[in-house]
Amino acid sequence: MNTSTKIFIPRDTASISMGGDEVAIKIEEIAQKEKKEVTIIRNGSWGMSWLEPLIEIEIEGHRVAYGPISETDVIDLFEADFLKGGSHPLKLGNTNDIAYLKNQQRWTFRRCGLIDPASIEDYIKNRGFSGLEIALQKGSSHILKELEKSGLRGRGGAGFPTAIKWQTVTNAEGDQKYIACNADEGDSGTFSDRILMESDPLALIEGMTIAGLTVGANKGYIYLRSEYPIAHEILASAIKTAKEHNWLGKDIQASGFDFEIDIHIGGGSYVCGEETAMLESLEGKAGMIRFKPPLPALEGLFGKPTVVNNVVTLASVPDIIDQGGSAYSAYGVNRSKGTLAFQLSGNVKQGGLVEIAFGITLRELIEKWGGGTASGKPVYAVQVGGPLGAYFPNSLLDTPLDYEAFAAKDGMVGHGGVVVFDDTADMAIQARFAMEFCSIESCGKCTPCRIGSIRGVEVIDRIINNENREKNMDLLNDLCETMIDGSLCAMGGMTPFPVKSALQYFPEDFKPEIK
Amino acid sequence: MIHKYDEKIALDIIHQVGAKPEMLVQILRAFVVKFSYISESAIRLIAKELNLSRAEIHGTVSFYHDFRTTKAGETVIKICQAEACQAMGSRQLTAHAEKVLGVKLHGTSENNAYSLEPIYCLGNCACSPAVMIDEKVYGKVDTKKFNQIVGFKE
Ligand SMILES: Cc1cc2nc3c(=O)[nH]c(=O)nc-3n(C[C@H](O)[C@H](O)[C@H](O)COP(=O)(O)O)c2cc1C
Ligand code: SF4
Repeated sequence: MNTSTKIFIPRDTASISMGGDEVAIKIEEIAQKEKKEVTIIRNGSWGMSWLEPLIEIEIEGHRVAYGPISETDVIDLFEADFLKGGSHPLKLGNTNDIAYLKNQQRWTFRRCGLIDPASIEDYIKNRGFSGLEIALQKGSSHILKELEKSGLRGRGGAGFPTAIKWQTVTNAEGDQKYIACNADEGDSGTFSDRILMESDPLALIEGMTIAGLTVGANKGYIYLRSEYPIAHEILASAIKTAKEHNWLGKDIQASGFDFEIDIHIGGGSYVCGEETAMLESLEGKAGMIRFKPPLPALEGLFGKPTVVNNVVTLASVPDIIDQGGSAYSAYGVNRSKGTLAFQLSGNVKQGGLVEIAFGITLRELIEKWGGGTASGKPVYAVQVGGPLGAYFPNSLLDTPLDYEAFAAKDGMVGHGGVVVFDDTADMAIQARFAMEFCSIESCGKCTPCRIGSIRGVEVIDRIINNENREKNMDLLNDLCETMIDGSLCAMGGMTPFPVKSALQYFPEDFKPEIK
Repeated sequence: MIHKYDEKIALDIIHQVGAKPEMLVQILRAFVVKFSYISESAIRLIAKELNLSRAEIHGTVSFYHDFRTTKAGETVIKICQAEACQAMGSRQLTAHAEKVLGVKLHGTSENNAYSLEPIYCLGNCACSPAVMIDEKVYGKVDTKKFNQIVGFKE
């Protein structure tokens, strides 16, 4: 009989950044000293980042959680007999019963935390590759039909219907086609791509393979940001494992279909997350935005038809094929079908990943899951959708998270990042930063973005310093309009949104004499 | 481990990654990982091996924030400057770091011990502010934790 106790310690960035590795070493060390047999499994993260490192003990088929654990808590945990589920101030109870997790609707992230990302056996045991098996049997038209039924829209930011994109590439003529996975995840306050790649990398590999099979591509690239070294390591080893088990490579599962995936690492540029800049970068060049048309779907990587999709979009596909498109579209509201993995961060008590059906309000998310601000002060502003997303004041928190409902308020759901600020934030400074960030990251192709953003910083500085306020306010508004109308891509075209929202909802922050 | 620039190692890297123009960004990345920066001699070598002009390589190098052209300090400290970390005091943390390390953001200290760099998001936003030292990420870094993590690196 195996008497070894299984201990799960996440290997994701959040856990490691809070001492997960040191905790694992310490547990091993004390267990050895006390002659307790333990097997440490470095699982993925459940996404409850504020509890990391969240460690779990498997007891009679249940997983009992403790967290957040630091290296110095370990001795204490042994004294509390945590290997048998002993009580301790940091005991959280059964993982499945933690409200934060229990009240979610996990679809794409259902294996995250549950499995060891390095174990293909774990993956398969939890219905991994069942989507691909069906796809291999039923072929392209079946996949496209289910995808259309699902209503899945791109999770990278623009929300474009995935079925239409795949159909276009399927119909395109071309001796060679590509799947390009956008893993650049540059928006501040977003980490769902990272959690997926670190916790369930095979889901992305499976999604990309299904995409290849659908459109007739046998080569895929993952464009991964350089800031994610752990995701890189885990993905690279998952690709190797998938190949060894013939779920990737030549003649996948004796189907006659070949598919290869290479990882390319970015160079620390935000604008390279825009799809055409990403393609330039994948071709080895500077990430200058391309004119559209031609669409990447028709002339993408090396001029060939290319599917560009976000990590979460691709990883959502296997279960849509396995469960059927209507099972997915049963979640959500209006034209926002399915679930989105929201990411709560900034000044929030309980930051982490919350996968839930569209339609929930921003307030519910921040209060019910986030538990309010970390500082205990009132919520002052919330930025949704990354650095190009508007800042919402408290009065807009009842907006439902739905692509169109947000757009109607000049906001953006985007990649689902929700960054909370308390009332110590100065929105004039945040508006200035939006312009500054644009000036740092602009690809330089168009003047309104390249020069406009630099002027934007200067004008806001003058407003903050109370120089010629009225005139500079007008100037800033004009500048915003010029950037919106005259920019080639959303970098310059949407930077004005956080700026304008700051002006509209937080005018007092631009009047230092009042403060 | 950072290596002193060495033409033989550089050549090996180019051929390992792939001596094709489409691999340029990946080659530059590998050079930064190995040598910490892209030197003039590196640019000359890459241009020759990939059959590109030096101007083309310069254009690509200058586009990307990661591809520095001066040698980095022995320890590279990157502090996230993006919104989620701002909401948790990254601006104050950066000011603290500049003070204790005696170096401004973007700079390298005189004894070449530290380079202090801005970074825009490490994807650790729920544990902000986040800091990356060499390749390791740290979360919820206040000034006390900062001193501690930089201290044991010395
Ligand atoms: C400045 C800018 C940055 C972007 N960054 C990302 C990114 O990091 N990841 C991403 O998936 N999409 C990003 N996008 C959106 C992509 O251009 C593109 O719409 C997306 O990758 C398509 O995949 P999807 O349909 O699955 O969302 C960005 C767009 C812009 C304008
Ligand atoms: S808007 Fe900015 S980033 Fe986009 S193409 Fe123009 S200069 Fe480049």
